[in-house]
Amino acid sequence: MGRKLLTEHINVEGIDTLEVYRKHGGYRSVEKALKTMTPDEVVEEVKKSGLRGRGGAGFPTGMKWSFLAKPEGVPRYLVCNADESEPGTFKDRQLMSKLPHLLVEGMITSSYALGANTSYIYIRGELLYVLRILEKAIAEAYAAGFLGKNILGSGYDLDLHVHPGGGAYICGEETALLESLEGKRGNPRNKPPFPAVQGLYARPTVVNNVESIAAVVPIINDGGEEYAKIGVGRSTGTKLFSACGHLNKPGIYEIELGLPVEEFIYSDEYCGGIWKGRDLKAVVAGGSSVPILPKDLILKTAAGEQRLMTYESLSDGGFVTGTMLGSGGFIAMDETTCIVRNTWSFSRFYHHESCGQCSPCREGTGWLEKVLHRLEHGHGHMEDIDLLVSVAKQIEGNTICPLGEAAAWPVAAAVRHFRDEFEWHVTHAKEAAQPGAVYQSKSVLV
Amino acid sequence: METTSVKPQFSEAAKAEIERICKQYPPERRKSALLPVLHIAQAEFGGWVSPEVQDLVAEVIGIKPIEVYEVSSFYTMFNLKPVGKHVLEICRTGPCMLRGSDELTAHLERITGAKVNGATSPDGLFTLKEVECLAACGFAPIVQVREKYYEQLDTPAAVDAMLTELRNQVHRPALPWEETGLPNALANN
Repeated sequence: MGRKLLTEHINVEGIDTLEVYRKHGGYRSVEKALKTMTPDEVVEEVKKSGLRGRGGAGFPTGMKWSFLAKPEGVPRYLVCNADESEPGTFKDRQLMSKLPHLLVEGMITSSYALGANTSYIYIRGELLYVLRILEKAIAEAYAAGFLGKNILGSGYDLDLHVHPGGGAYICGEETALLESLEGKRGNPRNKPPFPAVQGLYARPTVVNNVESIAAVVPIINDGGEEYAKIGVGRSTGTKLFSACGHLNKPGIYEIELGLPVEEFIYSDEYCGGIWKGRDLKAVVAGGSSVPILPKDLILKTAAGEQRLMTYESLSDGGFVTGTMLGSGGFIAMDETTCIVRNTWSFSRFYHHESCGQCSPCREGTGWLEKVLHRLEHGHGHMEDIDLLVSVAKQIEGNTICPLGEAAAWPVAAAVRHFRDEFEWHVTHAKEAAQPGAVYQSKSVLV
Repeated sequence: METTSVKPQFSEAAKAEIERICKQYPPERRKSALLPVLHIAQAEFGGWVSPEVQDLVAEVIGIKPIEVYEVSSFYTMFNLKPVGKHVLEICRTGPCMLRGSDELTAHLERITGAKVNGATSPDGLFTLKEVECLAACGFAPIVQVREKYYEQLDTPAAVDAMLTELRNQVHRPALPWEETGLPNALANN
């Protein structure tokens, strides 16, 4: 049984109230940081913990914090990215709706570390009901003196607000999120300048994922070194995985990084195996943007080693035979899944969510969707398969933000590992276009 | 319902909530309140934001109408055309598709008589809108109606329970700032 640093008390009755949350050790990190530590000491603990950004990129959080510009007399901001929209990912929604005070506590401790006096939680607009839960928790925190002026007599002031989006995946990209928070369309900004120098209202800003901010709480309570003892190598601590698709027990699981993928899928402690007694066909391990892997490659690396749930092990083999940990959105597909149809669905998503600012993405995502649509619906040609690879290549690296890559990678990986299934959609077009038709593809290694 | 030439007005409760929200941002940055105010407007004026309502939003925030139009047309949650009493937002993205969202959509079209991304049901009750990932993939397939998620709609019984609940809603559920007795009838239904 792995340690649970974030979700230990998630099912405790009334844990969404300040009173019960306090009884289970809540707000200790705020007391410890504000009463016994300097802001720089808090940053130092987060650096020592080895915590890596939990939103998907995996950039070390402490290092991101240390980049924040601190010009004299200029306000700076901490913005929490709660725009959880990566298909397959639903951990932040669960965390915020059940443990709102954990995020509020993390925001206070983190804001103190960064010297921010106003902080925002940007939550996706669909989660207005979670915004209400957070606002209630924030009101309780104000009443208890954890927010507002002179918190706990420390002389430190902080205001915390929740801001809803309006339904746009792109606002999960940090500069698009800041544009959106300023009341504009969510078009990502050119970088540099990075948000650490010019972020919200052109002021120094740190943007962190919900889970990263929540992890600051145990890091400050127990110390960065303790946190770093959990995990393997540069993958320290615990991580929330959102498991979905054809699993017996979909849901969110907090695991110690380093758990074997096989154990995560098949053990009754976690996902409990594939539903309906079927065989596993493929897994998207870190949200829809990361490369899909067939069963044999998700369970073992190309070198035959057991695949672990760490940043390094999941990316072992690069994009040829590996994938990425990403946001921890773990999508399992059983043997009846049509890979072409699933890839088309993802491409439709990226086409729908492209902000339209960069031509390669705006046009390219449309091409990917159209070509995949005709392959899936029995109108494809053999050359379409290489056309997909070509379009994906032309998007990758040619856009302001990573949505381009996010759209290109899943398509390239699907063709890489399941080319025979794509070919079957051309050679057996009529059959393939039938609802529920599935080719039992053997994975093809490049 | 015919659009009238009467200028729309926010309720007093909504006005107070809008002012509370505007104060969350620096005074010279009231434009930041645009998305939250658009959500309030959509809830106040029958589930969509007409050009007149968007002009009102611009007025209360103190920005130009074009600044509202360019934002309302970017974000998919804002309905720019009249909708039925209940807008059912059906998630269609991969993880929901794996657990039967295509079948759910077809089933909802059959029993409501509405067309997905098209005509509202003949009784005016239901508009069906396909949306992308709602971040609830472990509970797929999912439908969102206003602020509520209906999860694991993989049986006809679960779908029926949702539709019955919605049919029985005379008014939309009250929002937090409406708790003190604001009538919350749907404005254009």
